[in-house]
Amino acid sequence: MPVIDLANPTRFLTIVNRALPWLITVTTILFVVGLFYAMNAPDDYQQGAAVKIMFVHVPAAWLGMLGWGLMSVAALGTLVWRHPLADVAGKAAAPIGAAFTFICLVTGSLWGRPTWGTYWVWDARLTSMLVLLILYFGVLALYWTAEEPGRGARAAAILSLVGAVNLPIIKFSVDWWNTLHQPASVFRIGGSTIDPALLIPLLIMALAFTLLFATLQLAVMRNEILRRRVRTMRLMQAQELAGAT
Amino acid sequence: MIAFTALLMRDMRLAFRVGGGALMGALFFIIVITMLPFALGPDLALLARIGPAILWLGALLASLLALDRLFATDHEDGSLDLLMMGSMPLELSVAAKALAHWLTTGLPLVVIAPLLGLMLNVELHAMGRLVLTLLAGTPALTFIGLVGAALAVALRRGGLLLAVLVLPLTVPVLIFGVAAANAALVGPTPFGPPFTILCGLTLASLVLGPIAAAAALRHGLE
Repeated sequence: MPVIDLANPTRFLTIVNRALPWLITVTTILFVVGLFYAMNAPDDYQQGAAVKIMFVHVPAAWLGMLGWGLMSVAALGTLVWRHPLADVAGKAAAPIGAAFTFICLVTGSLWGRPTWGTYWVWDARLTSMLVLLILYFGVLALYWTAEEPGRGARAAAILSLVGAVNLPIIKFSVDWWNTLHQPASVFRIGGSTIDPALLIPLLIMALAFTLLFATLQLAVMRNEILRRRVRTMRLMQAQELAGAT
Repeated sequence: MIAFTALLMRDMRLAFRVGGGALMGALFFIIVITMLPFALGPDLALLARIGPAILWLGALLASLLALDRLFATDHEDGSLDLLMMGSMPLELSVAAKALAHWLTTGLPLVVIAPLLGLMLNVELHAMGRLVLTLLAGTPALTFIGLVGAALAVALRRGGLLLAVLVLPLTVPVLIFGVAAANAALVGPTPFGPPFTILCGLTLASLVLGPIAAAAALRHGLE
């Protein structure tokens, strides 16, 4: 079956309904395995057990950024091809990405208390995640205020693209502004600086969280398609009633 | 080019006549700067230290305040539809409107900034460069805000939604504007690098702002 068939909302719904149970199962298994490894991972010699926050914090940060990437790709689909499924994908990704960004900030602040001695510092990486969260709120606000789903989706798509252009600039300027957070340490030239005993559970957890994102994304997309159908049916019903009188 | 100038002159004339919002931003700017010492205390040494930051924040809020009217009135009386159907590319007409908006609300802020700087005890030797950062940076605020104004008018909303959309996007301008102003005032970092980056941000927003705003209008108002 060609990939293009997925673009039909009805086919998409059948495929999602078939795939979701599998995705949920695999996600659950990965979380069980990942959490087991994470609990058995050695404590850090400096941070003690607090280092385990990393297994939630780092994947959440990745997915917070992935969410915006997904929204930007969906935005291209909305603006260039006017595809309704792209609208739905963008709308679904916004709250999920915002939630992961929020989780990243909360776990980071809980992690910061024992290690840096404070819940919040105006450090570059924290601040740029905070700006990302505020940008997510802007997109969500657009969806809330739009009376008609299509119009809100196009407005949000433009904001997503503007944000995608702006985010690297914001990141750069905030870096320039202040830096205390440790630099990226998993993916970097010259190999990872994390010990394998911590890295392997981290990667499993990252995969589990990514699958969780995918599961939520598909489920939210399905709900949104159904919600739009209900809306259309209600409109048609109202029209019929208006025609009868 | 004639159409561009005509639109520019029309918008400026409208802004200065009765019901226009010109100079209201400058008035708001003065009031915000007057209110801040009441909150912070009259300590001149403190005010001198945070003066550039206060001026920049005031300018940011003042230029945001006036953005609401950028497309709203034209949308109400239908002239926005004429602009969209006209022969001039929508990007250009949007840019003309933004330029007129900056000349009537952004430029007055820059002009009264030295006076307010004096009241905040900003050192005279750095005043010129402080004003220069505002002159270079406020167009970026207007042209970034342009996108938010276009999105808000397409959804027939304004006010706080506009602020929520635009403010996070202005973070880089604020950072480099204040950094350049502080570099001019106290050092030790040189004035050049942050100021040139600020100019770069402004130039980029001059190009990208109208394109995104025109796209927002086209997709939102059809």
